[in-house]
Amino acid sequence: MRPTTSKGIAVISFPGSNCDDDARHALQAVLGAPVRMVWHDETDLSGYLAVVLPGGFSFGDYLRGGALAAQSPVMAAVGAFARRGGPVLGICNGFQVLTEAGLLPGQLARNRSLGFVCRDVHLRVERSAPPFTTRTPVGSVLRLPVAHGEGAYYADDETLDRLEGDGLVAFRYCDAAGVAVPEANVNGASRSIAGVVNARGNVMGMMPHPERAVEPLLGYGDGRLVLGSLLDQVMAAAA
Amino acid sequence: MTRPLPPVVTPRLRDKAQAFGLTTAEFDEVVTRLGREPNAVEAGVFGALWSEHCGYKNSRPLLRLLPTQGAAVLQGPGENAGVVDIGEGLAVAFKMESHNHPSAVEPVQGAGTGVGGILRDIFAMGARPFAVLDSLRFGELNSPRSRHLLAGVVAGISSYGNAVGVPTVGGEVEVNACFEENPLVNVMALGLLRHEDLQRGTVGAVGNRLLYVGSRTGRDGLGGAVFASADLSVASEADRPAVQVGDPFMEKLLLEACLEAFARDFVAGVQDMGAAGLASSVAEMAHRAGKGVDLDLDAVPRREEGMTALEVMLSESQERMMLTAKPGREVELLSLFDRFGLEAAWVGVVRDHGELRLLEGGEVVAAMPVEALNRPPEYVREGREDDAVLAARRRDLSGMPEVDDPAGALLTLLSSPTIASKEPVYRRYDHQVMTNTVVLPGSADAAVLRVKGTSLGVAATVDCNSRYVYLSPRLGAAHAVAEAARNLSCVGAEPLGVTDNLNFGNPTDPGVYHQLSEAIHGIEEACLALGTPVTGGNVSLYNQYVDGDVTRAVHPTPTIGMVGVLRDVSRRATQGLKRHGDVLLLLGDGVPGSGASEFLFRLHGMEAGCPPALDLAAEAAVQRVVRRLIMSGACDTAHDVSTGGLAVCLAEMTMTGGVGLVATVPALSVPGAGRDAALFGESSARIVVAVKPDDVAAVLVACEAESVAAVRLGEATGDRFRLVVEGREDSAIDLAVDELLTAWRATFEGALG
Repeated sequence: MRPTTSKGIAVISFPGSNCDDDARHALQAVLGAPVRMVWHDETDLSGYLAVVLPGGFSFGDYLRGGALAAQSPVMAAVGAFARRGGPVLGICNGFQVLTEAGLLPGQLARNRSLGFVCRDVHLRVERSAPPFTTRTPVGSVLRLPVAHGEGAYYADDETLDRLEGDGLVAFRYCDAAGVAVPEANVNGASRSIAGVVNARGNVMGMMPHPERAVEPLLGYGDGRLVLGSLLDQVMAAAA
Repeated sequence: MTRPLPPVVTPRLRDKAQAFGLTTAEFDEVVTRLGREPNAVEAGVFGALWSEHCGYKNSRPLLRLLPTQGAAVLQGPGENAGVVDIGEGLAVAFKMESHNHPSAVEPVQGAGTGVGGILRDIFAMGARPFAVLDSLRFGELNSPRSRHLLAGVVAGISSYGNAVGVPTVGGEVEVNACFEENPLVNVMALGLLRHEDLQRGTVGAVGNRLLYVGSRTGRDGLGGAVFASADLSVASEADRPAVQVGDPFMEKLLLEACLEAFARDFVAGVQDMGAAGLASSVAEMAHRAGKGVDLDLDAVPRREEGMTALEVMLSESQERMMLTAKPGREVELLSLFDRFGLEAAWVGVVRDHGELRLLEGGEVVAAMPVEALNRPPEYVREGREDDAVLAARRRDLSGMPEVDDPAGALLTLLSSPTIASKEPVYRRYDHQVMTNTVVLPGSADAAVLRVKGTSLGVAATVDCNSRYVYLSPRLGAAHAVAEAARNLSCVGAEPLGVTDNLNFGNPTDPGVYHQLSEAIHGIEEACLALGTPVTGGNVSLYNQYVDGDVTRAVHPTPTIGMVGVLRDVSRRATQGLKRHGDVLLLLGDGVPGSGASEFLFRLHGMEAGCPPALDLAAEAAVQRVVRRLIMSGACDTAHDVSTGGLAVCLAEMTMTGGVGLVATVPALSVPGAGRDAALFGESSARIVVAVKPDDVAAVLVACEAESVAAVRLGEATGDRFRLVVEGREDSAIDLAVDELLTAWRATFEGALG
């Protein structure tokens, strides 16, 4: 199905990334997509179907989540890839890297609790569009795990109004019934935002981990809806 | 502030032996072994390597008692970690270590570097670390110091483990005032490897070159091995520089770079620079190879000016590894580390002179026989049980009045920190990174991880009831082994091997030595009976505190870490009730008693009585039955009866499953054992399972085959917890599941600050 010219999906590894292999496993071993691991010093991403920036603690994150990784050589190539319209998904630390690199608006602040949090959350889908959320109708509720210490999405009101007005909020923390109650806002994010896309819709950042949620053995399935949407899109484009 | 070290030349070195961590007799022994007076550098290296932490001089004769052989054992004690075969060409490396004293002084760094150190021990075996469990003990949580230590230790484990990207999947927290000053922080790590990838801590052949990799050497952690082996006192505040600072990012780079170097066959041997740093790593690696080493101290990367030879040798700066290169692969090895941005330096060469020779400016500044460094004197001491312990164990409990309100007693027990929900603790740990965690923390008796690309599962648990060990060291330690095996069995895993972390007081105290000796005998007996060899471990002595003008030891705590395998990870059990209508069955006929129980402690304020009797054959039988039921698919819900007795066991099954129950607890026929013992009495060899009504017959057949008793307790139903002791309907417990949850969850909420 895929053309021989394609290099598949690029999973970027920064020094200190620790969910890069999880992303590879989910996309390749579970969902059957072609994947290549790309070290942070590469400068050319042409020929890839999509780019995934995985979770972890890039460069130790001693400064601010994603701040140093955003300066890596590969990020110029990620920017170029995005400008050409290629799909770019940042998960957790990858989301932080995308905001630090200016590819997504806003930033991720320390959790309201000031502590790391690892738990399941419910997400209400706010946007149903290619390439990341075609399989998830607006208003549907996903269950995915989070694991982060700096995951509170923050942007000024003007930016938030624009994001909401333009339909660029992808996911919001909610309860099991899909209501964005304050108690469900796991990290104190502005307007309970868990994921956003850029104006063009081809770059998405999200704090929850879809790559941890693709196998029933581990107790999850909803990650398939997010990664599956991406694969539907890029595999069709490659065919 | 840096702790001053003795000058290089002292006129009367022998008088200062203690400053090097040696007794005068040990100093004289060094003179005998060397055939001359040591210089100060040599005395310092001997002192560190002959400390209890490195040399096990008080415990080694006892440790030899432990069974270390078994069909699954690929690597027993004596290496960086033990290794057991799990089938399909795969193996698990595992080990537990303590960071008690550093955590008492600086909990965040103390606990964090404890995680770092044990992870390095695992990847030094050629294994990829894939799970961490921790066994923690603190004083009562109403103490500000205990809350400070708890919050700091959890933050340290969390920030280090999460950043390296190894999931923290389980553990235990015990609370008792005896741990107020001296908490216990034991961390166990597991790694996965293929048999052929096993690495060893050896320098290999003469001519091999030694490569130092990782962080630079500084004065941090200086004298840590001596520090860990000395009584902890208020003076420890001045020892703050003896606590190291961790860098999990450096650890992650080292981990990835080392695993790649092993895979590419560049490495002949490898070891973490842990306690006593360069001195112990090089001495141990040389000893395993039966060789000598010339070590060029000028080549050691440093982050501080003016360090003495002894400071360089004993520094415990974190995130450092020592490797020996395979001949001909030196250039590739160096360039691999360069690609990861890691500093590496050639610091030594393997020789056949059998000595550890230290060179500075081309001069030999120390020359010590490797054999002597690694063969500290051994002490077999006289133990004698403390009269106070004896009296507490023999205390007559037969006249204890029954509590007025069993429901209230249950809620009190559920809120006891040792039993209460640890959710606020494990929420701080990334327990899912690496996407192998099949059983999440808090939902079963042991953690379960799948092994990608196979149907295998690996289970792990850490256990010790320190009050049992305090009141009866031999029996209590055997209980720790039995409970660990029971916990693995309750998820469906076959136990394979043990790592033990022996936390005791000062061994020169006859009462403490008695505890240590008896506990090791207890571990020996239980490990033999249950077929779980000991593959390694750690000894932490001098865990004690000053109470007025008396020094008291903490409760003796031989923490047992145990690893097991599930042949088919899709067949496993957790503790939560899953279906209304499931039948609850109690397997095993261990007799509950209130001696040494949490009930007696929390409801009557007493640490007294004898721990429950332990019939190891009965224990093995009930465990076999439960494993067989789970493997056959007849049972997916099992929970062992331990702290808090049957009532707490059933409450936990209700709370984690969110399903209520109605059950009748058998009355006890034992004289003097009343309603409270039936509800809250603790025992061995008892497991509750919940099965579909259609599967009850299969359970009874399986029990019959092993002569294991099975009693129908009741069924899972509704949203209330209704429990009654047979013939005592006047004092039934009837509580909403939510009431149980509220009591169970409240204790640790907010305890982390």
